[in-house]
Formats: sequence, structure tokens, C-alpha cells
Amino acid sequence: MKNSIAFGQYCEGSSFLHKLDPRWKLVLAVLYIVTIFLCKNVFSFVLVGVTAVGLVLLSEIKPVLILRSLKPLIMIICITAVINIFWLKGETLLWQFGPVSIYLEGIFNALLIVVRVVLLVAVTTLVLTYTTTPIALTDGLEQLLAPLARIKLPVHEFSMMMTIALRFIPTLLEETEKIMNAQRARGADFSTGSLAKRAKALVPILIPLFISAFRRAEELAIAMECRCYTGGEGRTRMNVLHSSYRDVVAVLVMVAILAGVLVINRFAPGYSISM
Amino acid sequence: MNKIIEASHLSYAYPADEEGMAPHVALRDVSFSVNEGEFVAILGHNGSGKSTLAKLLCLVLEPDGGQLYIGGKNMTDENVSDEDVYAARRQVGMVFQNPDNQLVATIVEEDVAFGCENLGLPSEKIRKRVDSALATVGMTKYARHEAHRLSGGQKQRVAIAGAIAMRRKCIIFDESTAMLDPAGRKEVMETITKLNREEGVTVLHITHYMNEATMADRVIVMSDGCILMDGTPSEVFSRPEELWKANLDVPQTTELLWRMKKAGYDVRLDIFDPRLCAEEIARALDEKKD
Repeated sequence: MKNSIAFGQYCEGSSFLHKLDPRWKLVLAVLYIVTIFLCKNVFSFVLVGVTAVGLVLLSEIKPVLILRSLKPLIMIICITAVINIFWLKGETLLWQFGPVSIYLEGIFNALLIVVRVVLLVAVTTLVLTYTTTPIALTDGLEQLLAPLARIKLPVHEFSMMMTIALRFIPTLLEETEKIMNAQRARGADFSTGSLAKRAKALVPILIPLFISAFRRAEELAIAMECRCYTGGEGRTRMNVLHSSYRDVVAVLVMVAILAGVLVINRFAPGYSISM
Repeated sequence: MNKIIEASHLSYAYPADEEGMAPHVALRDVSFSVNEGEFVAILGHNGSGKSTLAKLLCLVLEPDGGQLYIGGKNMTDENVSDEDVYAARRQVGMVFQNPDNQLVATIVEEDVAFGCENLGLPSEKIRKRVDSALATVGMTKYARHEAHRLSGGQKQRVAIAGAIAMRRKCIIFDESTAMLDPAGRKEVMETITKLNREEGVTVLHITHYMNEATMADRVIVMSDGCILMDGTPSEVFSRPEELWKANLDVPQTTELLWRMKKAGYDVRLDIFDPRLCAEEIARALDEKKD
């Protein structure tokens, strides 16, 4: 169970991507997402695809790990693909049976949407979670959002909550597994029966899990207080974020790719998608 | 010698859960003081008030009555400000029982830095302190590891590193060894004694393991919210009957020697090392033969 969740997993390393400033990484990720959604034809998709492959190479992370991050999304990807195949009406009719018809455009569109989702998830996990420690990430987010603190938004509290949530995901997963085993030992059955029955079987897991999570929260609060935590004011950080030439280069390249996509959209011939 | 903690006539009662029920009295009239650099073990069965005492000393709870001085400053004064409380917390830290529920950050060194970051120290200084704290507890190798993958003993050592990185004069261990396996317990006890002997940190070790208490300079035995005994391990453990009455065990060596003494052998009771204990018994047996 623990290994099936790639979210929040950091892979130690010292590649180009690891060394980037988390603030700029967040900017990069946003730029990349925008670029993906601007893609309107095959050539632009090739461009963002190549960018993704380039990022994987720069990260020095095994491609297998990146594929693993896609595993939980297989169902969603399949469903979107199927819906798109049947939904979109085009000009070239391939196959028709009663009210159901499949057009070439539909298949093409489904394919591009799959590529879009895969790239989106792969690149964000790669840039943000695999190559950035959770603390660096929440620090980066806190600093990027710092201007919002001026209008009294609880930016520090938000980033502290993220830090703690990320810290406790594995702990709570472990606990869930323990409780499930304990209930199994008492004859609980989680894997057979109707969906409603299985959902019901989860109640005896969730209740102890919630109770223990609340107890943990209270203990953690006391521990933090004992460690002189008094909120964001007057707090310093051990790892101060530094931007370097790398960040500038990375962001400039990403902006160039975005511009490239816009140019391709405008001038290059090709199959354009109607969304 | 400077007194880091001075408590006089402390009392505390947990408010009743429901109206009409009597509040649960956890501490009554507790007075003691701890000198800087001392290693004090606090013993007591469940519900004897030892954890409540720790929470009072860390200023997590406020006493209902009595006076508490931390580093010479009265913390029970009416006009104690938040600043005073923070200042006291800088001196006295706590390591809790459950290693999972006191680590804030995912990465070991970032967790150790948490306390120093709260103090607002400059980043280079934090870096130095974190590195030296990790070296002291022998966890340098794990600095960049994920905390949740460590063993219980290692997690507790990380928590200890977090406390010493803040340069605390006194660390309270609230049953920090209770949830660990024997190997983890040994690791943590070695770290605690090292802190006390080499770094001069004052240690208050709350435990119900008797052999851990024998490592301390001084043992305080609590029962029903009161201090029952206060003395060196030899003094305390040479009165096993009183400990048994308070529902506490004595070290196995002490029990054995005590039984020998009752049977008429002339033995000392204050020997805790099994080897030395065996030698003592052999000597007593020889003597009896003659």
C-alpha cells in the first residue's frame, strides 16, 4: 500500500532539476501546464512531449518511477479517452452502429487528451515532488504567496499545514494498514460483497483512524509548542532559498517553449482540435 | 550549584469531564529541585502524576497551586508574560513518548532545525547547530533521510537532536523509551547518559524501567501525586518494601539481594550490575560457609 502512492515521495539526487529553486520550479510547473493547454495541434504536442522527455533526462530519475506515478490515474485516463471517442462528432465517419458512431476526429482527440493528462501528471510529479523535498516545496509556496499575507491571508499557516500533512501521510497509511489487519484478524471482510457492503466495512477502519489522528494532532501541537513554535512571525529558515543562473535559464527556456507553441498554433498546418 | 528547576508545593487537578464529577487530582504538594547538570529519574506507576509533573515543568499545563521556578524565574507569578514562558521553554525541552507524534518535518535535518527556526536564528548558525546536534546523537548519516522510515530508537534520537540543537540546559524525557524495543531503548539511554556526562545537559528521565533509573544520579519516586522517595539509586532501592507498596518493581538484582538478606546473608542491596551482584552473592555465600 505504501509503495503504490507516489505522491509526496522525494527521490534524493543532485541533478539540474534537484538544484533548481523551488519557487521557480512552481513557476515552471505552472508555465508548463499553461503550455499544455495552449497546444492545439500535433506539432505543438510533439514540442511539449520533447520538453517532458528533456526534463526526465535532466532529473536523472528512472523513467519507471515516473510511469509509476501515473498508475493511480489509469482508470481516469481510460474513461476520459472512451468518452471522447464516442462523444466527438467529426467529418470522417469510421464506424456506425445505431446511435453509436465513431469518427476519426474523436479518436484523434481522445489520444491527444490522454497525452495531455499523462504529460501534465508526469511533469508536475517530476518537477514538484520527485526532485523537491516537501519542506522546500512548502517554503517555496509560502514565499511565492507571501504578498497575499499582506491582505491577511494565513499564508504561513497554510504552508505549515501542508508540511504537516505531507509528514503524516506515510504515518497514517501505516496506521490504516495496521487497523485493517487488526479488523481482518477479527473476521472483517474488505474485498467481497457489493460496493455498499464494502463501503460499510470501511467504517470500523475510519473511526479508529480518525480518533488516533486527533490524538496525534493534539500531541504534535504540544510538542510544537514545547519547541517554541509561536507561528510564522520571527521565524527563520535553515535552508534559505537562492535563485541562480539555472533558474533563469530554466524559466527562459520554458517561456520560449510556450512562445513556440503559440507560433506553431498560428502558422503550422495540421490537425487542429476543436474543444 | 545553580538550580534549574525549583518546585514548591505544586498541585494540579484535571478538570472533571462532566459536571458534578470531582476533578481528578493528579499532583498534590510536590516540592523538589533539580541542580544544573544533574541526571534525575522519576519513577512511578501509571497515574502517579509523573507525566503531569513533566507537563507542568514544560509549562504546557499551569499548576493550580504552589510555586515553580525555571532558571531562577518564578513562572507561577501572576504577571508572567508570554515572553517569560518562551524564555523558559528555551531552557527546558521535552522529548515525548511517541516518536511519531513529535517530528514535524519529513526530512531528518529539517526536523532538527525546526526549533532553531522558531527561535529566529540566522541560517548559518542553524546549519552548524543542526550538524553538531546530529553528530552528538550519532545520526549524521541519516541527515537527509525521511524521518518516517527510521526505527523508533532513531526517531527518538532525532527528537533529542532537535532539543539539543536549541541549546537547552535541561531536557525532560517523558517515558521516551516506553514505546521502543530493547535495542532502541539501549540506543536512547546511551544517548541520554552521553548528553548528561559529556554535554552537561540536565536530564529528567521519567520511566517505569527500574534498570534505567539505576543509571541516574538521583531517583524521585512518585505515588498518588506525591513524592514518596527522593535520593540516590542506592538509597531508594535499598528500601524495596516501600517501592512494592507503591506498586513499583525494584531492579531484579535488588530483589535477589534483598531475598538473600532476608534469608540471613550479609549482602549489600545497592548493586545493580548483574556481574557485581553475582560477585557479591558469591562473597556472601563463602562468608556463610566459614
